[in-house]
Amino acid sequence: MSEAQALLEAERITKRFAGISALEEVTVEVHRGELVGLIGPNGAGKTTLFDCLSGKLRPDEGDVRFDGRSLVGLPVHRRARLGLARTFQRIELFSGMNVRDQLLVAERARHGGGSFLRDAVGLSRPTADEIERCDRMLDLLGLTPDADRPIESLSLGRGRLVELGRALMTEPKLLFLDEPSSGLDRRETHDMGTVLQAVQERSHTAILLVEHDVPMVQRLATRLYVLDAGHLIASGPTREVLDDPAVRAAYLGVGV
Amino acid sequence: MIEILELAVRGVPTGCVFALLAVGLVLTYKTSGVFNLAFGAQAYVSAVVFYEVRKEHEWPLLPAALLAIVVIGPLLGLLLDRVLFRHLRTSGSVAKLVTSLGLLVAIPELVRLAFGSESKKNPPPLWYVERTDQWLWPEGSRFVLDAGQVTTILATLVVVAGLGVLFRSTALGLRMRAVVESPRMVELNGINAERVSMVSWMLSSFLAGLSGVLLAPLFASLSPFDFFTLLVAALAATAFGRLSSIPLTLLGGILLGVLQAILAGKLPTDSILANGLRPALPFVVLFALLLFWPGLRSARDAADPLAGVDPPPPPAAASIRTRFLTVGTRAFAVTVSAIGLLLGWFVLDSFWLGLVTSGVILGVIMLSITVITGMGGMISLCQATFAAIGAFTTARVVDSLGMSVIVAIFVGAVVAAAVGGLLALPVLRLEGVYLALATLAFALMFQSVMVPLDWVSGGTTPLRVPRPVIGPVDLAENRAFFVLAAALLALAGALVYVVKRGTTGRFLDALRGSEYAAASVGISATRAKVIAFSLSAGIAGLGGGLLACFYGAANYDQSFNFFYGLVWVVLVVTAGARSVQAAVISGLGFFLIPEFLQRLFEIPGRYVADHPDLPAAVEAVLRTIKPEYSLGVAFILFGFGALTYAKHPEGIIEVQTRAALRKVMGALDRTDRSQPTPATDDARPPDEDPAAPATDDDARRPAPVRTGGAGVP
Ligand SMILES: Nc1ncnc2c1ncn2[C@@H]1O[C@H](COP(=O)(O)OP(=O)(O)OP(=O)(O)O)[C@@H](O)[C@H]1O
Ligand SMILES: [Mg+2]
Repeated sequence: MSEAQALLEAERITKRFAGISALEEVTVEVHRGELVGLIGPNGAGKTTLFDCLSGKLRPDEGDVRFDGRSLVGLPVHRRARLGLARTFQRIELFSGMNVRDQLLVAERARHGGGSFLRDAVGLSRPTADEIERCDRMLDLLGLTPDADRPIESLSLGRGRLVELGRALMTEPKLLFLDEPSSGLDRRETHDMGTVLQAVQERSHTAILLVEHDVPMVQRLATRLYVLDAGHLIASGPTREVLDDPAVRAAYLGVGV
Repeated sequence: MIEILELAVRGVPTGCVFALLAVGLVLTYKTSGVFNLAFGAQAYVSAVVFYEVRKEHEWPLLPAALLAIVVIGPLLGLLLDRVLFRHLRTSGSVAKLVTSLGLLVAIPELVRLAFGSESKKNPPPLWYVERTDQWLWPEGSRFVLDAGQVTTILATLVVVAGLGVLFRSTALGLRMRAVVESPRMVELNGINAERVSMVSWMLSSFLAGLSGVLLAPLFASLSPFDFFTLLVAALAATAFGRLSSIPLTLLGGILLGVLQAILAGKLPTDSILANGLRPALPFVVLFALLLFWPGLRSARDAADPLAGVDPPPPPAAASIRTRFLTVGTRAFAVTVSAIGLLLGWFVLDSFWLGLVTSGVILGVIMLSITVITGMGGMISLCQATFAAIGAFTTARVVDSLGMSVIVAIFVGAVVAAAVGGLLALPVLRLEGVYLALATLAFALMFQSVMVPLDWVSGGTTPLRVPRPVIGPVDLAENRAFFVLAAALLALAGALVYVVKRGTTGRFLDALRGSEYAAASVGISATRAKVIAFSLSAGIAGLGGGLLACFYGAANYDQSFNFFYGLVWVVLVVTAGARSVQAAVISGLGFFLIPEFLQRLFEIPGRYVADHPDLPAAVEAVLRTIKPEYSLGVAFILFGFGALTYAKHPEGIIEVQTRAALRKVMGALDRTDRSQPTPATDDARPPDEDPAAPATDDDARRPAPVRTGGAGVP
């Protein structure tokens, strides 16, 4: 947080869906290498914010700057190549592929893919180097035993790990995680937290984490943003924010 | 001004019929999610029934109309809903589209089998007056409508008013309206969506019947093609109504009719515009609406608040196979191809060799469908058009530049690829059904604007394409040409294979799995899909040029009619959209199956001729089987084949291969057990390997990883 310029600066993002105001002037900053939490009750607009930042949705108003340049108007894949990666609340894996292939695709896409001519002469098989990088990632996430399994046969917890690995293969500068523990049991949630810590220590990737599991947020995040009904109602160091009565009323009070 | 008005009035009746068709389409689309391309075929059924009872059996008007419109129409709808579409409720939109394509191919042929294939000239009108110009209204005015037109307008008004009453004042109508607005919401509210869907199928099928009978007198004779073309015109009206609003749809239909009439009256009769644009107008309108009409494409997502909690689509067809299966099928394919080559060279007589060569060339065109549909996950209905572009270019290049024919065929492929890429740029913003419709509109635009042009197709005499001579080999000789075709097929097959396994193929796989996720790791959907479109168009163009060369001429109607494009798609997806073998087999099947059927159907006739002492009843039954049915029956088989797609999206061939493999493995397993050997883990058949549980059942089951995570805090 000592750097002068933040990695991501999202200023006054506003997004409305046919009358529903999903985001009202939300301003968020993430610095290099830090892990920031984003919490809020269901329907607060967390996923919508991610969609606006990653380029899926076009915000009605607001400006997004990343790594010193404006992202306005860039499509999802261009933002990804600049170093933005994400996982999904409703898990989105490439069906019909095995686990290693999910990662290989991401590894290949990192540089924008190959040329069609290389394909046409059969020169675009995965290289030994690419396979090794994937296998190292699988190892880090504890997915090595599942490497050759079709993703359809994985449990949800493993599936979330694959998504994480796929996002990490692009060597992102900033990673958006949308409820990585959702649908996992207590132990799996704990393991996920451990993996995230390991990932962050190893690669120094900045992470913006949406999470309902308060213990996990407490354990990982140094700072928090709180969204409620599209409005940013609090932000600051994790402890302070969680003790804030307004946050407790909006969020913790409403039975989590 | 008055003149324009006069023309406009003249267009209203046709517009009404467009509107009737369009409203019927919207009904089934909204209530069951089926974009029913077979709707025109349903209209055709009623038109033919009406023709038969009225003309052949001379029934009075009223019972004939009641039978054709009120009985046959809804009955057909009931049947389709019960037998097919009810079971497809949870299938994806592509499966539904393919099913309706299958029906589109099969229904007209069934009608032909049932009512004979003689052309049905001068379809009878749905009114009493024999000559249409006898009863004009209002008399003496400039705005004249004949009896038929008045009937049409009245019928439309009555039907629309009836629908209005149904929707506003009955409980069932209310439910239907609710389903039309938000099918998911209604289901969650516990309304029996099945009953609603059944009623709407009957209702829409009734509309099909009514418009079929009303439309028939517009044509000199009844032809399913005309009905299909009209249906595509009606699609423009549905697009105008954003696939949901019935009043807007009605307005769209009438506007289209009016516009067409005005153009017909205003354009100089012998201009390119009159000959090309006027017939193409509905397709141009459809194409433009699909691309530019705001709210058409995103209507559903924005309006359905439950879109986010919908169950995820079923996973794509299993592409994960065990190594054993892959190696096995590959070895099998190589063996069969080798045997085929030898057969072609040494055994087949010139007739069969000709058929097989056509099939091999068509296999190249079929590979283009493997690329676009199997790899790209997009349904394109204009592959025959790309083939035609390749053929015309080949002919032109040889003719005017004097280029070597072989080189010209590749030039044709390149031109087709370029056209494919250009078409892809605007069209790729569309998805699923919309994309399919846009390509269909493109195919029809090409057919009505470009094909009649002299410089494109040579006008009425098809352009000649000579056979090439390569070094000492004169390819005018059929066996040599067969080898050339096989070589080019192998080349195209190898290309498709390496691209599928290469970066492009993997990216397309990822995009099919989840477009957003693929983009989120940096894959450009546009780039990958434009490549797929171009590659596919190029391969189709290659096949088209080759086919023209084989036949000696680039004959649009005989070889590249857009309708063939539909049949080819149906065949390939039925056999297996993702495999090179399936493409080759369906290419061969398109030519060989009708021929086999013909041989088969000749048997009873010959038997009767050889056995004069047969009982009369047996003889009569045997005589009903005629060789000339073969093509129709083949198309019916092709069409019905497509109905399996919803259940086996990976294709019949893949299913059969797996079943055969399982049988072989079972047999091996049994012999294993009867001669006990020390069981090691390595000796286990790959199917049982715990690390690779990729049987087809596994791969088809909804992914557990995708179902558990929705919104659990
Ligand atoms: N495509 C859309 N169309 C219309 N409304 C939408 C759309 N996407 C989201 N919304 C609405 O925007 C609001 C914010 O939704 P969002 O999914 O961002 O919430 P969230 O904070 O991620 O909630 P959860 O914790 O349940 O994931 C909700 O009211 C939702 O209904
Ligand atoms: Mg969310």
